[in-house]
Amino acid sequence: MNKPVLTIEHLSVTFNQQQKVVDDISFEIFSGETFALVGESGSGKSITALSVLRLLPNNARLTAAAISLHGDNLLHRSEFELCKIRGSRIGMIFQDPMSSLNPVMTIGSQIEEVINLHFSLSRQATQQRVLELLQQVEIPEPEKRMKDYPHQLSGGQRQRVMIAIALAGEPDLLIADEPTTSLDVTIQAQILALLKTIQQQTNMALWLISHDLALVSNLADRVAVMQRGKIVETGITAEFFSHPQHPYTQKLLDALPSMQSCFTHNVEQKPPLLQVRDFSCHYPIRKGIFKRVVDYVKAVDGVSFDIQQGKTLALVGESGCGKTTLGKSLLNLIPASGGRVIINGIELSRLDGEELRQQRAHIQIVFQDPFSSMNPRMLVGDIVAEGIKALHPKISSDDRKARVALLLQQVGLPEDSALRYPHEFSGGQRQRICIARVLAVDPKLIVCDEPTSALDVSVQAQIIQLLKTLQQEKGVSYLFITHDLAVVAEVADEVAVMYQGKIIEHGPVAQVLSRPAQAYTKKLLAAVPVLQTENPKITA
Amino acid sequence: MVILWTDALIFLLLGLMLVLGLYLHQKEYMKRPLQQIGRSKVAMVSLVVLFFFMLVGLLDSVHFKSAKSNDIVSLLDVWATPLREQGEKTYSAPFAVYLYSKEMMTQADGTQQWGYPRLQFGGAHLTDPEAQQTSDITEKALYGFAQGAGLVIFFLFLLWSVLLEQHKPFMNSSSAKAAWAMVFLIVSVNYALIYLSGYYHVFGTDKVGEDVFYQAIKSIRTGLVIGTLTTLIMLPMAIIFGILAGFFRGWVDDVIQYVYTTLNSIPSVLLIAASILMVQVYMANHEEAYTSVIVRADMRLLFLCLILGVTSWTGLCRLLRAETLKLREMEYVQAAQALGVRRRVILLRHILPNVMHIVLISVVLDFSSLVLAEAVLSYINIGVDPTTYSWGNMINGARLEMAREPIVWWSLSAAFVFMFALVLAANLFADTVRDAFDPRRGGYE
Amino acid sequence: MIQYIIRRFLYAFPLLMGVNILTFVLFFIVNSPDDMARMQLGQKHVTEQAVTNWKQQRGYDLPLLWNAKADGEEKLTQTIFYQKSVGLFLFRFGVSDSGRNIAADIAQRMWPSLAVALPSLIVGLLVNISFALMMVLFRQTYLERSGMVLCVILMSVSSLFYIIGGQFFIGKLLKLVPISGYDSGLSAVKFLILPVLIGVCSGIGSGVRWYRTLFLEEVEKDYVRTARAKGLSENQTLFRHVLQNAMIPILTGVVVVLPLLFMGSLIMESFFSIPGLGSYTIDAINSQDFAIVRAMVFLGSVLYVIGLLLTDISYTLVDPRVRLS
Repeated sequence: MNKPVLTIEHLSVTFNQQQKVVDDISFEIFSGETFALVGESGSGKSITALSVLRLLPNNARLTAAAISLHGDNLLHRSEFELCKIRGSRIGMIFQDPMSSLNPVMTIGSQIEEVINLHFSLSRQATQQRVLELLQQVEIPEPEKRMKDYPHQLSGGQRQRVMIAIALAGEPDLLIADEPTTSLDVTIQAQILALLKTIQQQTNMALWLISHDLALVSNLADRVAVMQRGKIVETGITAEFFSHPQHPYTQKLLDALPSMQSCFTHNVEQKPPLLQVRDFSCHYPIRKGIFKRVVDYVKAVDGVSFDIQQGKTLALVGESGCGKTTLGKSLLNLIPASGGRVIINGIELSRLDGEELRQQRAHIQIVFQDPFSSMNPRMLVGDIVAEGIKALHPKISSDDRKARVALLLQQVGLPEDSALRYPHEFSGGQRQRICIARVLAVDPKLIVCDEPTSALDVSVQAQIIQLLKTLQQEKGVSYLFITHDLAVVAEVADEVAVMYQGKIIEHGPVAQVLSRPAQAYTKKLLAAVPVLQTENPKITA
Repeated sequence: MVILWTDALIFLLLGLMLVLGLYLHQKEYMKRPLQQIGRSKVAMVSLVVLFFFMLVGLLDSVHFKSAKSNDIVSLLDVWATPLREQGEKTYSAPFAVYLYSKEMMTQADGTQQWGYPRLQFGGAHLTDPEAQQTSDITEKALYGFAQGAGLVIFFLFLLWSVLLEQHKPFMNSSSAKAAWAMVFLIVSVNYALIYLSGYYHVFGTDKVGEDVFYQAIKSIRTGLVIGTLTTLIMLPMAIIFGILAGFFRGWVDDVIQYVYTTLNSIPSVLLIAASILMVQVYMANHEEAYTSVIVRADMRLLFLCLILGVTSWTGLCRLLRAETLKLREMEYVQAAQALGVRRRVILLRHILPNVMHIVLISVVLDFSSLVLAEAVLSYINIGVDPTTYSWGNMINGARLEMAREPIVWWSLSAAFVFMFALVLAANLFADTVRDAFDPRRGGYE
Repeated sequence: MIQYIIRRFLYAFPLLMGVNILTFVLFFIVNSPDDMARMQLGQKHVTEQAVTNWKQQRGYDLPLLWNAKADGEEKLTQTIFYQKSVGLFLFRFGVSDSGRNIAADIAQRMWPSLAVALPSLIVGLLVNISFALMMVLFRQTYLERSGMVLCVILMSVSSLFYIIGGQFFIGKLLKLVPISGYDSGLSAVKFLILPVLIGVCSGIGSGVRWYRTLFLEEVEKDYVRTARAKGLSENQTLFRHVLQNAMIPILTGVVVVLPLLFMGSLIMESFFSIPGLGSYTIDAINSQDFAIVRAMVFLGSVLYVIGLLLTDISYTLVDPRVRLS
């Protein structure tokens, strides 16, 4: 058994002398192993990592018995000595590579900076090392790329650069704080494979922080779960996922959407509610002195599909494929440039101005971010009643209040919610308010634009359940836009896969997910991390 | 009652502020920032100082025809009558008993002597100035201070006994204590000064013998008028144009941007100068409309505020346009569109309340820069009328006389002290307001 | 990028036309040339003949916009609008109401203005940025808080007091440098020390606060966290990463005022008797010389528009995100 690289004993972090964000946690990480710290948002996992490096904000107070790197207690080290350790013995990569890189320095110089800090090599040798690192993280054409700025690279490439920066110091421990959360699922698979390769090459310890249990089950040797600042369970991956002990862990695992549920949907056909024919959204590209239109960006290019009454169509794709644009332009929030949208026999695409406004009730939308989708200065009751006031002005104020109370009850919120403000509610509750707001006008079709992507996995399960219940009770149809294939399996009856503005595959969910026809769909499915309960590791 | 234009507008503004205050007071999203302001010692102390300045300004804004001299006077004038009427011949130093410059004096026995004559009013009650002066001043100062202190303590006791239980904790908080300490200080010191000014010229006299303390106090109204009326004129333009440009974009945005870029490219001082010149020529050619000196000066003050307002709306407009552009992309605006809410309702309900914090911060910040600007403008002679009492005019007048030996420093210092107090209080209050309403520091947005 | 510059340049013309029209309305429509003549010659007892003479001497005897009595194109050109306002575009500033050639005066007087304004800007920039950096280095300590209080106090003092106080204490009491005046060539330096010093001091309060806000905004960004995780100390992060990024808004903010430096500071030049464009303007305002005021307004607008153009260009040069997109 090797000795631990990192030992944390009784670490606590308090903010503003009141909030205990990390509450007496202890664990060890051994060299050559991948240790995963999982938990939902606000559980304190990122703060734990920052405490090791002592990069906490000024209003945080840290107390611990020991934080030891190879037996050397870091708490006794001065700030100056800690600067020598950061970046060279312990490396860290963060969630959003675009904002984590300095936008006005070339990536080559950002990597060089680490080398110059911790080693004294000649200029020649430094340049050589930078090239080596870029090759190690598999960036093509490293000599050219060295002189590029972060905004010229893609998201996946930026994260590779971040890894290169972390590796430049030849660390014993690499901390990865949600390294793939903001990346597409195919890129995610690549980055994780890269991390695994590098770990095996260098035998360094990898401390992975994530909220994605499926991902962790594929990658980690040992897992620890954090809830509200405490570690509730630790264990070896295989044991952990096949026989979870703590009720919280069990709850988390139960809440995970599984790909197998795609077989449980009712395949009975219903008449079509929405018919979309040859729908396009083209953005003009203007160049030249007088800004003439030279070309078009085809965000949505000639899309056609039907949605049946009371059924759910899932629209999947990676970022930039046009799914959000499609969803919003169906409601004319983004102007469309061609095609027809027919709902219940009414051709929406022909309507304009006041006529369009009257027909708005038929299609509604629920947005991704529960924090920015409600006016922070309005009462919840007013927010929910907004649609009723606009489209049915003749309904009296008392009737409106009664309807709002009924809706809030239907989405599972307490009675007095109408008199409170949005910021008093949690993320999941806010999403419920948004759903209530949408239901107030009795829509036939609800476009759900990634409604659960910003929520914790346990809350996600509740919202999905709510949506299903509402569909059964009211017979409303959903256009469910998401990038998460597991959620698709739970929620959808039919799936349409989008790529670069076109729908490349469309069919019943069981068929598309188990027997995909297109190569891209196969690639997507292969990249999705599946919860491993038996064999915990994937080999690189 | 004589109602000057600026008086009417000041009271209108006061009314509007009270109404707005009552309306917003109940709103939940105002409670947190207001509480934060209430808890800050600095803010409460500055607010107290500002309150006293406003009180003086308001007193000075109620005008009527005096029975005695057929002049237009204000309530403040009536209260400060001794200061107003006890003028000397020319300069005299603060608390002085003698005139600043030497004169030919006729003695009691008929001989002529070249010396410093005694002042007519300042220290006139002293028989032996050299010996008595210091003790007399100290005595009177303490007496006045005690009077003021007594008044404040009495008032506090009254308030404490009358106040309901629920408000008592607020009164006990450290910021409230600091505020009351400031009230105590201001009232006592001012009482002392006022009592003393019955006997001496506390800040001396200026070239024509007018009491400098009186001038400084009268200038308060001018500073306040410029700081507040300009805002009254600037706000509607900035808000309407800024929000419309940001929300509708397209040609509306282009036109409004063109207008404010054009206005901005003209150097503001020159624009103000040109406008004031035009106003002067206009007023010169329409003599009949302006009956008295005070009415004319008042009109010029009003025009100055108008011009300042028209030239300064562009800054806030730009900020509001940028914020509206951001808000427009917020999902709750899109949700409102999807729910079929009309555009004008979206503007009123979603955009306007969410930019008000920028407006508030801007208003409070601009106040101090406007007061400072008035001094500079008066210096270039494109500010207020030379007959209006203003700190700018005081500085201007004093500056021309700086070459005298010994130097005449009291006019300048008085203007400095008063202006500094007002601007510092406004700046400190503005800082606290900005911190309280900054969405990043709060728990909202 | 060239196309972008050309497009912005073309936009300048309607702007300047707008300025021209606005000043024309301001100067000629609110008060007719008759009113101006009357005011220049004294209010009462002014004969019609005197007014006509005055107008004829200065070319104000033409109709405002449209000359019905002339023929052909002269209907448009023999008007006040064409003669006075349009001529500005060609920098034909004409003659002042007192008879001097305006263009020549401007060419001569802009150098003293620059001699005061440019050092003030540069020294002020260095001082403000250094203090702001120190504030950020010591953020959330008592040093910073007292520094901020000091800044508010400095900011609340009117610039007039700085000037008068500075002139009094340094010039009169300590007799270190001359109070006012100007000389040509290198000997001008001793006359410039006081104005530059006072200019810098009066701007410290608001300048330090502004730059501190800029720096604090950058310090809270994610790449600073990455830099610290690499092993950079607080100082190194500030000077290498934060300063680099903050220089973009600082630089573009400076560039926009550069052309306007020629116009000079009206107050400074007046108090220190510097024969620059600022005092030129003040004298013109005091003597109500409309010709000069018009010319200065137009010049000011041109310089402002040039400043806007330079800002856009500097953004594309300095910010790689704009340059390489």
